[in-house]
Amino acid sequence: MLDLRRFTGREMRISDKLMEFNWGFLLLLAVISSMGFAMLYSVADGSFSPWALKQMIRFVLGAGIMVVVALIDLRLWMRISYPLYAIALVLVTAVDIVGFKGMGAQRWLNLGIIQLQPSEIMKVAILLALARYFHGLTLEEVSRVKNLIVPLLIVVVPVGLVVKQPDLGTAILLTVSGGVLFFAAGLAWRYFILGGLAVLAAIPIIWDRLHDYQRNRVFTFLDPERDPLGAGYHILQSKIALGSGGVFGKGFMAGTQAHLNFLPEKQTDFIFTMLCEELGFVGGLTLLAFYSVVLIYSFSVAVQCRNQFGRLLALGVSVSFFFYVFINSAMVMGLLPVVGVPLPLVSYGGTAMLSLMFAFGLLMSVYIHRNLEIARGNNAFW
Amino acid sequence: MQIDGRDSSRYQTFTRRTLVLGGAQAAAFVVLAGRMYYLQILKSDEYQMLAEENRINVRLLAPLRGRIVDRYGSVLASNRQNYRAVLVAEQTPNIGETLDRLSRIVAITPFDRKKIMRDIDRSPRFMPVTVAEDLTWEQFAQLNINEPDLAGVQPDVGETRYYPYAMELAHVVGYVGPVSDKEMEDADDEQPLLKLPGFRIGKSGIEKTFDQDLRGIAGATHVEVNAYGRVIRELSKDQGKPGAEIVLTLDMEIQKFACERLKEESASAVVMDIHSGDILSFVSTPAFDPNEFNMGLSQDQWKMLVDNPYKPLTNKAIAGLYPPGSTFKTMTAIAALEAGVDPNHTVGCNGKYALGNHLFHCWKKEGHGAMNMHDGLKHSCDVYFYDLAKRIGIDAIEKVAKRFGLGETYDLEIPGEKKGIVPSRDWKRATTGVSWQQGETLITGIGQGFLLTSPLQLAVMASRLANGGYAVKPRLTRAVGGQLLPKPEAPKMEVDPEHLKIVQGGMNGVSNEPGGTAYRARITEVGMELAGKTGSAQVRRISMAERDSGVRKNDTLEWRLRDHALFICFAPVAEPKYAMALVIEHGGSGSGAAAPAARDIMLEVQKRNLARPQAYVPRGDVEEA
Repeated sequence: MLDLRRFTGREMRISDKLMEFNWGFLLLLAVISSMGFAMLYSVADGSFSPWALKQMIRFVLGAGIMVVVALIDLRLWMRISYPLYAIALVLVTAVDIVGFKGMGAQRWLNLGIIQLQPSEIMKVAILLALARYFHGLTLEEVSRVKNLIVPLLIVVVPVGLVVKQPDLGTAILLTVSGGVLFFAAGLAWRYFILGGLAVLAAIPIIWDRLHDYQRNRVFTFLDPERDPLGAGYHILQSKIALGSGGVFGKGFMAGTQAHLNFLPEKQTDFIFTMLCEELGFVGGLTLLAFYSVVLIYSFSVAVQCRNQFGRLLALGVSVSFFFYVFINSAMVMGLLPVVGVPLPLVSYGGTAMLSLMFAFGLLMSVYIHRNLEIARGNNAFW
Repeated sequence: MQIDGRDSSRYQTFTRRTLVLGGAQAAAFVVLAGRMYYLQILKSDEYQMLAEENRINVRLLAPLRGRIVDRYGSVLASNRQNYRAVLVAEQTPNIGETLDRLSRIVAITPFDRKKIMRDIDRSPRFMPVTVAEDLTWEQFAQLNINEPDLAGVQPDVGETRYYPYAMELAHVVGYVGPVSDKEMEDADDEQPLLKLPGFRIGKSGIEKTFDQDLRGIAGATHVEVNAYGRVIRELSKDQGKPGAEIVLTLDMEIQKFACERLKEESASAVVMDIHSGDILSFVSTPAFDPNEFNMGLSQDQWKMLVDNPYKPLTNKAIAGLYPPGSTFKTMTAIAALEAGVDPNHTVGCNGKYALGNHLFHCWKKEGHGAMNMHDGLKHSCDVYFYDLAKRIGIDAIEKVAKRFGLGETYDLEIPGEKKGIVPSRDWKRATTGVSWQQGETLITGIGQGFLLTSPLQLAVMASRLANGGYAVKPRLTRAVGGQLLPKPEAPKMEVDPEHLKIVQGGMNGVSNEPGGTAYRARITEVGMELAGKTGSAQVRRISMAERDSGVRKNDTLEWRLRDHALFICFAPVAEPKYAMALVIEHGGSGSGAAAPAARDIMLEVQKRNLARPQAYVPRGDVEEA
């Protein structure tokens, strides 16, 4: 089916790459995003402003970024992985110093025209850096302790900075998606067992250092009825909205919980709830099914790839995407404490959409360059 | 340099582990789908109900309070439109400025202003807050015209209880007021209506007793609200049911006349139909304006009512207790007749009656001469009744007095009835621990001593004397919600009609024979003559020294030391229909003060009877708005 020579024998031309680009995948992303547009249109009581139109523009912009990123040679991405990571690290540090507080947390960097959320960039950069690093190691080398110091630092430093902001959701995402790359790179099982034990041991210390609002979220999660009008209100109302949607939902633009403002943050973190309220179990499952297709496809991209960098990168993108979906929907269903994690492609938000499309661009780049065989080499810092 | 191919161990590990991750993700998605299934399908009904509870707010609509009318249908209590101005804070750019502009139309005192600002602070910004109430039509019209200049101020019409005959009926109809915390607690079952802002319930009189009937059934609107409580739209509306109409036994024309006649005094009067017990007039003066109570009374107004020596807040007709004075001699006479005393038994009165070494005085210092029962009643001779009382003893008197309705309450339809006291040997021992003195029998015989009666009791006594011995009971209501109430039973009493005739004759003598104590206050219209009995109840002790130097005339005493003036009567003499008791506090004497007033009222009652309008047919419990 594939003419291997065509890609191994000579360099690909732009037209080749555009041919290889999986436009169907982009269409799938568009379909998922459209469910978001519809919900944003509904939240605004049948109006494209203030959310739906903006979000559509962002998606188109994101699609452009995705194509551009996909066309860039994977080797180039590999080469600039560390510099990109360094830039991201500087930005995250900058947020700690000069960032202003949005939504009670210090996460945004005002660059004049746009407000940048460096932790979003870090999510991609960390994947690039780890993929780059593990690409250079054989399976045997991966499990050597001395080789673990660098990748651990790659994860721990930004996580530490993000926790300080404080943005627990992102910190967890960074840790978990980084951890997954360690796992996929073939790190011996014993490390994961040790790591798991270490986390268990650290729980009391972490608990001690949590902010009051974070602790309250956990309490509320464990017992939402504890304070139904206060801290438990969000999750209670979210469950009511979801549950009352029933099989087919209350109908588009007819969700009472969302439209009468019982449901909080419905255009961002709780958009899945609104979707389930208006479109019901059927609508919610449909979205989950679309997400599953995205995940299955990205797994297949990873498995098809002939170089370790691409494989790890594709898997990293896929896994962080999964965690977004899972954490957000588990949260709105009351399965996880409330964490500020958006639903990818659907929640209203600029940086999240753009960085996600950027990540899908990388995934697509891996797909287009899947037959490249890249030498392991050891030019770790270029 | 090693090429990283598909067959390398690194790739195999990657694929294997990717499979593990994929499996974990699939499992996680199954969990999500399962949770959705649980919430959206298994628990859907429950959450749907919670969502409806969130969004649907039931708002009660106060039902229109039932009217109260007199026996001929004159409206005594109704609902009046209350023109008011409400302010919606969120539509008002500058509340202070708007209030300033509004105050050019309606006076807003600094006190009102403070209250308004407090109300605004306490309620959501979209909730209308009342800023001015009870506007005149002119003010209301001005408000409507100036609406564009008064951003956020809206003209509004509410319902307020209105009493067209405020002073005349304050003690019968009563008034309504806001629900107190205690009333809220005491409400036996869940009464959401009581929690309605501005809801008024009956606080006294008929308004209180028939509150449940008058209240009606609350309507409700189901409205959709958002999370902040703002109404989005109305879903359904149930108008409820207006309260029942109460038809009283009163005749407002008589009531007005009687009130007018007694308005200068601290007095009370009860006019009864002697056969049915229907109370035609029920007066207690002075009174108060229940409309003011409804709107809320100022501290000063309240203080004035409480400090007034004429006690406008007391319903004297049922809660005022007075020694019956000589009106009680009718009871002593019946008791004596029942004890076998011959009506022609004669006692010589020289103004004094000795018992042991104690002297009892007649009101007429020089004495009445020889008195039989008829003359004793006619002249109200104290000595004659001292003699009767001594012969028959206190317990015989007590039995008769109780039979005629003294010392008891009648479950009248308004609260506050007092029992009074009809003394006996047992009663005295039980209450004071001291045994009965014979002297006390004598003064009880002339209606003094421990005896205490209410004007209503005296009216009942007079009715039972006049109706041939039926234990009629008083009532104030004829119909509730269109249903005529059954007439209270009036069983035949154990009394000899001959005895009644003798006493009635004596009372006729009082009014219609020259020399009778109320002869000067008789009715001269033929066929309308009344028969009565005067009473002057002493409220102070007259010392021996004063007796020697001459008892002071009432009009030389300060008001609170003067005798109470009492009069009981029935009319027409030939075929009695109506009975009445009238008490003027510290009025001086029964013959001078009470009898003329009673005569005027009784004459009006009978004239009114001739010109009686069409009887009012209650219209059932449906009432036009």
